[in-house]
Amino acid sequence: MRYAMAVDTKKCVGCSDCVVACQTENNVPIGYCRDWVVEITHGTYPQLELEIRSERCNHCDNSPCVRCCPTGASHYSDGGIVLVTEDKCIGCGACISSCPYDARYPHPDGHVDKCTFCIHRVQKGQKPACVEVCPTKCMYFGDLDDPNSDVSKVLKKRKFKTLIPEAGTKPQLYFLI
Amino acid sequence: MKQSRREFLKISSLGIGGVTLAAPFFNWANGAIVSDETPGEDFVNRTPTYCEVCFWKCAGWVYKNDKGNIWKIIGNDEDPHCNGRLCPRGTGGLGMYYDEDRLKTPLIRKTIDGKQQFVEASWDEALDVVAKNLNKLKEKYGPECTALFTHGSGGKFFGDLLKAFGSTNITAPSFAQCRGPREVAFLATYGEIIASPERVDIRDTKCLVLIGSHIGENMHNGQVQEMSDAIDKGATIITVDPRFSTAASKSKHWLPIKPSTDIALLLAWIHEVIYNEWYDKKYVDKYCYGLDELKDHVKNFTPEWAYGITTIKPHVIRQTAKEMVNASPAVIIHPGRHVTWYGDDTQRLRAVAILNALLGSWGRRGGFYSPEKKSLPSFPHPEFPKPKKTWRDAHPGKYNLAIEVVSNGICDATIPTPDNDCSFKAWIVNGTNLITTLPDQKNTLEAIQHLEFMVVIDTMPMEITGYADVILPECTYLERYDYCRTDQNREPSIALRMPATEPKYNTKPDWWIVRQLAHKMGLDKFFKWNDIEEVLDWQLKQVGTSLEEMKKIGIKKFPREYDDLYFVEDQDIDFNTNTGKIELYSTDLEAEGFDPMPVYTPHPEPDPGFYRLNYGRHPAHTFSRTANNPNLTDLFDENVLWVNPIVAKEWDLKKGQEIWLENQDGILSTFPIKVRVTERIRHDSVYMVHGFGHDNKKLTRSYGKGASDTELISNVLVDPIMGGTGMRSNFVTFKLENPHKKEVAS
Amino acid sequence: MKEELIISGRMNYKVDPSLHIWGWEIPLYLFLGGLAAGVLFFAGLYYLRGKENEYQSAVKWVPMITPFLLAIGLGALFLDLHHKPYFWRLYTTIKLQSPMSWGAWTLMVITPLSIIWSATYIKDVFPKWDWKYKWVDDLVAYFIEYRTQLAWIMIIFSVILGIYTGILLSAFNARPLWNTSILGPLFLTSGLSAGAALIMMLSKNPLERIRFSQIDLMLIAVELTMVIHMFMGFRASTEVQIEAAALFLGGPYTLSFWIFVVFIGMLLPAFLEIWELKGNHIPAYIPAVMIISGSLMLRFIIVHAGQASRYLY
Repeated sequence: MRYAMAVDTKKCVGCSDCVVACQTENNVPIGYCRDWVVEITHGTYPQLELEIRSERCNHCDNSPCVRCCPTGASHYSDGGIVLVTEDKCIGCGACISSCPYDARYPHPDGHVDKCTFCIHRVQKGQKPACVEVCPTKCMYFGDLDDPNSDVSKVLKKRKFKTLIPEAGTKPQLYFLI
Repeated sequence: MKQSRREFLKISSLGIGGVTLAAPFFNWANGAIVSDETPGEDFVNRTPTYCEVCFWKCAGWVYKNDKGNIWKIIGNDEDPHCNGRLCPRGTGGLGMYYDEDRLKTPLIRKTIDGKQQFVEASWDEALDVVAKNLNKLKEKYGPECTALFTHGSGGKFFGDLLKAFGSTNITAPSFAQCRGPREVAFLATYGEIIASPERVDIRDTKCLVLIGSHIGENMHNGQVQEMSDAIDKGATIITVDPRFSTAASKSKHWLPIKPSTDIALLLAWIHEVIYNEWYDKKYVDKYCYGLDELKDHVKNFTPEWAYGITTIKPHVIRQTAKEMVNASPAVIIHPGRHVTWYGDDTQRLRAVAILNALLGSWGRRGGFYSPEKKSLPSFPHPEFPKPKKTWRDAHPGKYNLAIEVVSNGICDATIPTPDNDCSFKAWIVNGTNLITTLPDQKNTLEAIQHLEFMVVIDTMPMEITGYADVILPECTYLERYDYCRTDQNREPSIALRMPATEPKYNTKPDWWIVRQLAHKMGLDKFFKWNDIEEVLDWQLKQVGTSLEEMKKIGIKKFPREYDDLYFVEDQDIDFNTNTGKIELYSTDLEAEGFDPMPVYTPHPEPDPGFYRLNYGRHPAHTFSRTANNPNLTDLFDENVLWVNPIVAKEWDLKKGQEIWLENQDGILSTFPIKVRVTERIRHDSVYMVHGFGHDNKKLTRSYGKGASDTELISNVLVDPIMGGTGMRSNFVTFKLENPHKKEVAS
Repeated sequence: MKEELIISGRMNYKVDPSLHIWGWEIPLYLFLGGLAAGVLFFAGLYYLRGKENEYQSAVKWVPMITPFLLAIGLGALFLDLHHKPYFWRLYTTIKLQSPMSWGAWTLMVITPLSIIWSATYIKDVFPKWDWKYKWVDDLVAYFIEYRTQLAWIMIIFSVILGIYTGILLSAFNARPLWNTSILGPLFLTSGLSAGAALIMMLSKNPLERIRFSQIDLMLIAVELTMVIHMFMGFRASTEVQIEAAALFLGGPYTLSFWIFVVFIGMLLPAFLEIWELKGNHIPAYIPAVMIISGSLMLRFIIVHAGQASRYLY
């Protein structure tokens, strides 16, 4: 089993619904977020291109954060989901420094916090809150090992990229282009 | 200058200030404001609602945690408005409930030691003051001199109160400041209005044309969803916008038009469609009136002619016309929503309606469908008294085609003039911050000065509350019942809103406020109920359901009763126009002395050093009402000024630099705004999101954040046809130093 | 023009607008660790070379400062932790891939070692010292027997500690400025150099001072070579590393790096020491303080600039 997510940059309008939905679902404190939206403009008026991406933890196959965690708080869970065990985390910040995507942050309670792919929902057969709420339906989630999952099907059909593949992290967040 | 009767009061005096100021900022920053539900716990209970953060009114479920606190709001899967997916504002709607800056208790304006201030009051006291004042003014001037401004679900209750009182001057800025020209134009053309949610079949369209409409930035949920579906299905999108909007970035063709020249482009498209005989001949022959006149009218409006005006190259105009034709009839030239731009907006929307008619998209799959709604009967009441006069009497011979009350018409008629014997003396303002809603703030403030009484009902200390005589704090939509939502869609439906929790603070639902007022004003006979549940249950039972059932399902769909979603092949249709046909040539407009077919007229252009002020929406905000919502300010807490790099270089503006704006009439922005240097805006315009630059310190998260576009809109081009306020002919220049400081110094 | 924006208002504490998860605590911790490693290294080295009595400062009494340096360093590390009550979790597991983990374990070894080493010399330095308990006396006597073994362990672990202060950073390939394997040897050398400077400053023996002055000169030469190598490596690498190097070559950290670290921390003290070795008199503390402050600044600047360097995507 290998959970992954694909985000369609052709459909995403950058409304940030994924961010609020995550915040309410997971009780992320106001002022913090586990996911975010990036907008990149290329070109000169009127020859312009815009890419909008909803980003979050890439749940890398080769996660630098898991590697550098001194206590084992950061670990791989079901289907490769990268999680933090709150009462093992000492809040040293090594994982935060190690993440090329800046996907982690120190929670006001002290431990490090990040996207969980809403594992509590996924284990019940639901989709992550961000996927479920997206008005443009631009996000696909599922098991890459299952050829019939939403994410497998869309990755078969569409061109995609990952972010900073050169960092060697083997990210599992795919962007349809 | 004489002492103004109605000083703007910051709600800080006597009592409530201390309590609210003590509310620790860091408390919510550290998460105290959100519930501390453990994620993954199953919900303890959920209650149905429909959203009140915008007019789309999506149905959803409010989930509470095991401590009974509101945890999250999720869309109702059965709702055709949202299909189970709320937009960021709906998802963040719980911020309205948790916002600690909310109005907490009734307040009455009193003069103590020569100083005006708000004094906390009990509901009984406050409602007494309202009832007494309204009745007093009714006796003195007649009931017609009281007007209601409303935007939102509470309006129906206050509307009934006003009608029972004897006035029909009930207005919403959604007409004359927003979609009015569209409704009037489509009514003149097809005998039907677009209404809300728009009857556009984006889901199945093959070509979607957006003219200044920025779907995706305006988060009109169903349309955003369907535009995404259309992208999936490979539909062609054509966007006409001087700004590279999000929608433009999703488009096959982006036409970076020179602002204010849209009618020229539309006429050129009509020219191409007619003279190339690309129009839907069978459809036009059968259903349309006035093709020959139109053909004659657009004879000279060639793409070459339009190029000189719009700066859009002729071959692009032809190519895009052809794209529409290829998709016809599954094509939508979108009528937009906020369309009060240049004062000839009804005519521009007429051109849109005409082009749609030529391409045969009205009543066709992928074009415009026939919506249907399920009406609920009103709770029985005696007939409301007939008013002796209405707002129209203050504007003799004007705006005859306006199909709703013109809000600025009421505002203007509040300022007494020698020849106006119908000046308004009292306003009831519910859920609309007129200070940032109506353009030409000076005029609005002057009108307010002439009022003898104003009561404001709101959840937040918006600017308008500072001018009120009485402020009534209504509870948010999450804490109250309202009338059911019955808005149109492909299939009719009814959605229930019920309280998820008790009202926070000393706030009350609108139905309760109105019921109490009706009693105090002696209007009990019109309100033969004591509790809203009685009314809702009775209404719902008339259509075969009940309050009990609705509490469980939230939304109930009903089968369509009238016609089909689309015209049937060769169907005979009697359109609700004078000719019974789709009027390419409008007999209504002609009869009122207006151009029966749209004409392009040039609009003013910016002087050197000035830039056209364009404004728009942010997906996480609705007008100015969400600017203080903690969940939504977390996404976007201040607007910025989009400036083209060429302009930025000329002025030596840097990214993030704070500047002040001054418009063509010398009006300065109260607050500075940060510069965003971006290629996405034309060099002759600047752009900002509407609804920021709040000037009330009680709005702790939004006070002084960004600049207000409304205060810079002083040149209002009123549409003579329906009274709409065109707001896009205002020009601004930059002030790099704080101009307010200088005034103090000199 | 390319415009890259986060449009959802992300402003995570200590992460946005650019990473600043590590403030003064970690650089101080790295500096004190490196300084202690330097001192302990020379203590072990000169003990093994039989210079116990010639270089008394190096072997006997300057190491007595190291338990305090390490304690302050660990204190700084502790202050940096956001989830302090769970500090003990560091010592419930050994994670070899995590430099933070083996650094914590190295400190677990070297801190007691520095105390033991100091204890074995305490009576040499403070003749009136009394341990009060006989068992402590016995224990210290036992360790005195094994000084040679202790010295070896100390040398090995001080080198590990010195390298660790750099590896901690270079293990993060997310921060291109840190992601160079030269950071380990560079920080080790810098730590040794600071350690030598401290001994030089505190020694009253002219011969010892000259010896450590010479050592410092040599270490500075090595450091400069490594700094040059580091920049050559960056410049010849990928775009992100070229950009990382640009932080020091015209970017915001240019002045502070070249003035405080290279000029005041290396070139100027080297010049002063050469001047002194040629027979001129210069108070020993002047170049020593410069070297030590340069070593501190190096940590601060690399830690801070490294957090500003990132992949652009």
